[in-house]
Amino acid sequence: MTAVHLGMPALPTAPRGVGHLRGDESFPAAARSALRDGQLRANLGHATTTIRDKRARVVDELPDWAELREAGRALKAATMARLDDHLEELERQVTARGGTVHWARDANEANEIVTRLVQATGASEVVKVKSMATQEIGLNEALEAVGLDVFETDLAELIVQLGEDKPSHILVPAIHKNRAEIREIFARTIPGVDPGLTDDPRQLAMAARAHLRERFLRARVAVSGANFGIADTGTLAVVESEGNGRMCLTLPETLITVMGIEKVVPTWQDLEVFLQLLPRSSTGERMNPYTSTWAGVTPGDGPQEFHLVLLDNGRTAVLADEVGREALHCIRCSACLNVCPVYERAGGHSYGSVYPGPIGAILSPQLTGVEDNASLPYASSLCGACYDVCPVAIDIPKILVHLRAEHVEAQQRVTPEAAAFRALSTAMSRPWLWHLTQRASRLGRLIARGRPTLPNALPPPISGWTRSRDLPTPPTSTFVESWTREHGR
Amino acid sequence: MSAREDVLGRIRQALGPDRTAPAEVARDYRHSDGRPAGDPGLLDLLVDRVEDYRASVLRCGPGEVAGTVAAALDQGMGAGWAPGDVVVAPGLPEEWRPPGSDVDDDRPPVQLADRSAAVTAVAVAIAETGTLVLDGSPACGRRALSLLPDCLVCVVRTDQVVGSVPEALARLDPLRPLTMVSGPSATSDIELQRVEGVHGPRTLMVVLVA
Ligand code: SF4
Repeated sequence: MTAVHLGMPALPTAPRGVGHLRGDESFPAAARSALRDGQLRANLGHATTTIRDKRARVVDELPDWAELREAGRALKAATMARLDDHLEELERQVTARGGTVHWARDANEANEIVTRLVQATGASEVVKVKSMATQEIGLNEALEAVGLDVFETDLAELIVQLGEDKPSHILVPAIHKNRAEIREIFARTIPGVDPGLTDDPRQLAMAARAHLRERFLRARVAVSGANFGIADTGTLAVVESEGNGRMCLTLPETLITVMGIEKVVPTWQDLEVFLQLLPRSSTGERMNPYTSTWAGVTPGDGPQEFHLVLLDNGRTAVLADEVGREALHCIRCSACLNVCPVYERAGGHSYGSVYPGPIGAILSPQLTGVEDNASLPYASSLCGACYDVCPVAIDIPKILVHLRAEHVEAQQRVTPEAAAFRALSTAMSRPWLWHLTQRASRLGRLIARGRPTLPNALPPPISGWTRSRDLPTPPTSTFVESWTREHGR
Repeated sequence: MSAREDVLGRIRQALGPDRTAPAEVARDYRHSDGRPAGDPGLLDLLVDRVEDYRASVLRCGPGEVAGTVAAALDQGMGAGWAPGDVVVAPGLPEEWRPPGSDVDDDRPPVQLADRSAAVTAVAVAIAETGTLVLDGSPACGRRALSLLPDCLVCVVRTDQVVGSVPEALARLDPLRPLTMVSGPSATSDIELQRVEGVHGPRTLMVVLVA
């Protein structure tokens, strides 16, 4: 299980009371209200189906997708095994090219660093490029608390910010809003907006363009995230569509980039793998409209002051778990959200964290400690679709089962579910016991009496489990028994 | 202890004293498209992929660049543009420039927002993905130049057209500020309906010089 070395204190998780990794209610409670929202389900269903189909088309186009995916997986694993070396190299290279590197143990420290850097410029407003890391740490709230104005510049983030809402998808954060709702938000909140604004997406996008253009042109400080930080050259990369990223990375005098420590990649050549995997998995495009890369400061071109903030905030605690650490390989493409039957119905907000969907179900509980997001590892049917589409082959179902076992272990009170999962975990780790368990499940056939699924009316405490799930009636023989019968041992 | 020492120490603790050596990464994906830069098949592929992003491509011979750039500006902005509204990268070859155009200098970058169109060269083009890469060299111009004017015309020489992403990255200098452009700026944030032109240029024109 967790690789805590003897005599060493457990590594700190992301602190409570700051940022957006924990929800106000558990996943099942939040999902119940989402499930009643027909509009939300319709929006989500349409959106996820559309992106899913586009992704499948452009992935099929590449004859070497499997090799790229395997290279992506192996590169991430190799990077994590030498994470300290790569970060030190990145720091050296960024510094050599005129940038300044800062280290932040957690959200509070990162927020303090960025606040101090912005205040030192004397600017009163900040333009921002969409970034998961800065949402995770609640940077906007921290900057606003000292009186700075923060402008999200990604269209969807702008919709979310103006609507005083929360993002619900990694890639298209306003996926839960339809055009009429967006028109209403713009008409209400954008000063001087044309009263004749319709709900045509083009008109809405142009209203956002006009609203932000002047801000870009006068901005003195920008804050961004980074998709990749390349250690051997000190090059940072941001992948985007609208050009708001380019505005922020190019026009202000000062650029502050907040990057999770897991985003480092060792060499420039590695980018050839990720720049093929990411856009196709993410928006289903052969390439996203704009990718910007920069190394430190370039005289006469772009910001003349560059700061890179390297963020831990629980990532090292994830790294300490030999099974769970694979969650750090994520390149935030959101493909796993779009194929997840649970996400499609429950929506992004149910996950309570800025990381929704299958990746959120394995990442958030590890960043916060599983006790603070205890319901998330159960927010999945373990169907495995997320693993199949993941461009870096993260075995999400395996990590979910692992976290469930960890959660169960951590619980003081032994609930029937806890006992069942503990037993399952033990059984799965011992082949002979597993086979015995499977044979024992034939008992279920007696209860089912020929029906395809077990009846809902099982006695408590099992009824708590079967009320919302159809348990298939166990087969007459287990898979291994049939295999042995037909193929021999 | 400084935050730096602390975070590095945590990583070392997490990985443990006997951390596993990283396995060799097998790079057995395609490193090249197999066709040499500028191959006629690659040019056709580039045109197809760029047009798929709803950008337009005009092809011309080496002696016809200036005229074709002017035609691209007509198409991108509508006839009747004034040469002074067009700003070109300082290192753009003389014979490619529309006569009377404004040459970018070290003015504050935001002033470029007053111009309607920009003309630049590229460092490399990727056929398979329909991507143009600008590298901040004098012929490509600084990043603000290809960002602020509403219409962008990029002139591509055939020997700059490679098949795949790995071939392109190998030709680029990672220390320069790079911009990879695949079509006009776009958003799909509203009901996933694609709208071209948000903050970057709304119109992208490519002149491909054989
Ligand atoms: S876990 Fe995999 S599929 Fe999901 S967002 Fe991350 S990289 Fe994409």
